[in-house]
Amino acid sequence: MAKVIKLRKGLDVNLKGKATKETATVNCPGEYALVPDDFTGVKPKVVCKEGDVVKAGDALFVDKLHPEVKFVSPVSGTVSLVERGDRRKLLSIRVKADGKQEAREFDTKGDVKTLMLESGLFAFLRQRPYDVVANPEDAPKAIFVSAFNSMPLSQDFEYVLEGQEAEFQAGLSALAKLAKVYLGVSAKQTAKALTEAKDCEVNIFDGPAPAGNVGVQINHVSPINKGEVVWTLGAEEVIFLGRLMKTGKVDFTRTIALAGSEVKAPKYYKVKVGQKLTTLLDGTINAEGARIISGNVMTGLKTTAEGFLGAHATEVNVIPEGDHADEMLGWIMPRFNTFSTHRSYFSWLFGKKKEYVFDARIKGGERHMIMSGEYDKVFPMDIYAGYLVKAIIAGDIDRQEALGIYEVAPEDFAIAEFVDSSKLELQRIVREGLDILRKENA
Amino acid sequence: MNPIKKLFDNIHPYVEEGGKFHAFRSLVDGFETFAFVPNTTSRVGSVNIHDAIDSKRIMSFVVIALLPALLFGMFNVGYQNALACGGDMTDYVGMFLYGLLAVLPKIIVSYVVGLGIEFVVAQWKNEEIQEGYLVSGIIIPMIVPVTCPLWMLAVAVAFSVILAKEIFGGTGMNIFNPALIARAFLFFSYPTAMTGDATVWVAQDTIFGLGYKATDAYTAATPLGEAAVAGFQGFTPETIQDAVIGLVPGCIGETSVIAIALGGLLLLYTGIASWKIMLSVFVGGAATGYLMQALGLTEIQWYEQLVLGGFAFGAVFMATDPVTSCRTECGKYVYGLLIGFIAVLVRVLNPGYPEGMMLAILLLNLFASLIDYCFVQSNINMRAKRVSKK
Repeated sequence: MAKVIKLRKGLDVNLKGKATKETATVNCPGEYALVPDDFTGVKPKVVCKEGDVVKAGDALFVDKLHPEVKFVSPVSGTVSLVERGDRRKLLSIRVKADGKQEAREFDTKGDVKTLMLESGLFAFLRQRPYDVVANPEDAPKAIFVSAFNSMPLSQDFEYVLEGQEAEFQAGLSALAKLAKVYLGVSAKQTAKALTEAKDCEVNIFDGPAPAGNVGVQINHVSPINKGEVVWTLGAEEVIFLGRLMKTGKVDFTRTIALAGSEVKAPKYYKVKVGQKLTTLLDGTINAEGARIISGNVMTGLKTTAEGFLGAHATEVNVIPEGDHADEMLGWIMPRFNTFSTHRSYFSWLFGKKKEYVFDARIKGGERHMIMSGEYDKVFPMDIYAGYLVKAIIAGDIDRQEALGIYEVAPEDFAIAEFVDSSKLELQRIVREGLDILRKENA
Repeated sequence: MNPIKKLFDNIHPYVEEGGKFHAFRSLVDGFETFAFVPNTTSRVGSVNIHDAIDSKRIMSFVVIALLPALLFGMFNVGYQNALACGGDMTDYVGMFLYGLLAVLPKIIVSYVVGLGIEFVVAQWKNEEIQEGYLVSGIIIPMIVPVTCPLWMLAVAVAFSVILAKEIFGGTGMNIFNPALIARAFLFFSYPTAMTGDATVWVAQDTIFGLGYKATDAYTAATPLGEAAVAGFQGFTPETIQDAVIGLVPGCIGETSVIAIALGGLLLLYTGIASWKIMLSVFVGGAATGYLMQALGLTEIQWYEQLVLGGFAFGAVFMATDPVTSCRTECGKYVYGLLIGFIAVLVRVLNPGYPEGMMLAILLLNLFASLIDYCFVQSNINMRAKRVSKK
């Protein structure tokens, strides 16, 4: 029987617009994009030209420092645009799909790592410390996969897994050839493919968000010490690997949740990584004054209806922007329909069943850290979150190391940032801290 | 569109960079963020949704929690005046009005001076106004004697806001509680106005025809002041009952344990004040008080230590200031216990100062980071040990 790890700290926010368990298809939008910024820490080097004909699995760009790490096209078609911004920074590479979906054949018999590097799947591996794309030269002490996302409005992986159990297991088995694999499963998940998965150690986590964060699971199972490296892979990306192992072809089809209060009928859709969102969102959302988020409402990036699905995004959330809300005297009004963890509001009276509509307002001005213990209540690791954030703001690298920065990723601070009464941008602070630390240690 | 919103929109061009009245940007901004929840939405790369709690809400609730003690303090000012001058002891409304007139100017001076400095600093640093002074600004008039002259108050407020808060970087960065610094400044700079010959605790003059004028200089010591005099034999139950209700001479807001308890309950219920700190201050004070009395060093009972003077007010409103207290959860117990211990220790063993709460909290403000350091260091050591084990 798998070990059950109970987590008490954290917070589940009940948002309106959860996806119902039914899957729809969308028309192919014709255009796909690979955005280098989705792969944190990579210096992209373009290996294709506009007009090139590519198959699914052909490299579009590689990492300049590790050219063996390839970032491949999710579809077959023609490279239509290599988009560059200021100082020629590569923003995206667009591929116009030909609709035939021809895929490159890979040899699955050989070394798994070589296969993953060649097929672009290695690019989905992330490493701790720093929460960046993994370095193929490292020997990780373990690979962690979290089979659930505990954030509000997130994808229910157990539902996504239905019918793909064999691929998931094949992916886990392939990963096990690289390092020991740990699978984190939610106490609510009962699928045998998860709880009785082979070639990996299964741990069951019982607790509120962010229990589904792989960083939290690492901290409780096998915390990272200085000098150690752990790789992580998204659960759906394990299925990508499994498909590759079974067929020799890459297939980056995800079942994403289109959810949020501005979605007319929230449900699941089959889409591909990098897919343009136009056809997905057309007619399915109330676009007026809406914020479209590629990824989760807690951790995802704001985009537009013309934007593209992020490489790691397992959902698209749509909420009101709220920039014309003009709410009066918020500091004293009861605000019954507003959610807060704080007892100076009344949302605790309405129980956990009530669903709330959130807009994107920060709802307050940024201050120095005033209240104490706010972060620790929703930060289920044995790390002093407030002190770590202060060390990052102060730029004190020795102290960051001592306080455990190697174990965290920006997403682990998402709930803390949500509850923070001082409205500090914790995820941004942590991301910048990790970037500086990585540069210093390089 | 909302007419007030429209008004702010019309003002905006004047106070923006390059506008005619740019010098008032922080002022307008401060009022606008109070009138409307800011419509700013989160940036790309941060959390898209936020809890509705912000520091305005928190500070406002602390001010609300202070109101019972403040209102009762006003009443007590009138009550003490009537008592001293042999006035009509049944005219409760008159007593309250008298107290209101005596206390209101202090609150106005405190806010005008303190917030004025805050506005200037915010303008200068091009930041938003910080709400922290809303709380300090109402606490300061509550922890001075009613006879404290307004100019002294103004000097003390300016001193504490500039030197205890703004030079450290504003609310959230200060080491010492600004309200206590203001009081300590008065205490050491103008000792006669703060304790002196015990004429300071009771208003002795009429205000706008209200209240009574004392014929001779009337002296009334606080209960703790009485206890410090040689030959003290212990309090009568009536004194303690009065102290719980609050009908004793003392600083304006600190006398009534009941009113403070009401505010304390609100702070605990909303979770703004840490129950760990509040509880441990009382436990520390009670234990030390018991010990001192058992050793025969004082005639004051342990429970009397808790209800007299500024102990309850300090424990509920000052020790629990999240910025200047310990930030680690275990550290909060140590911090609270030590405040209670030192407050009573100063009261009993120091003949110069009958009251020790202010000094105890200020001292522990200084040591809060040291206490935290020990607990954070144990976390660091645990992590370091993990590495060396491998």
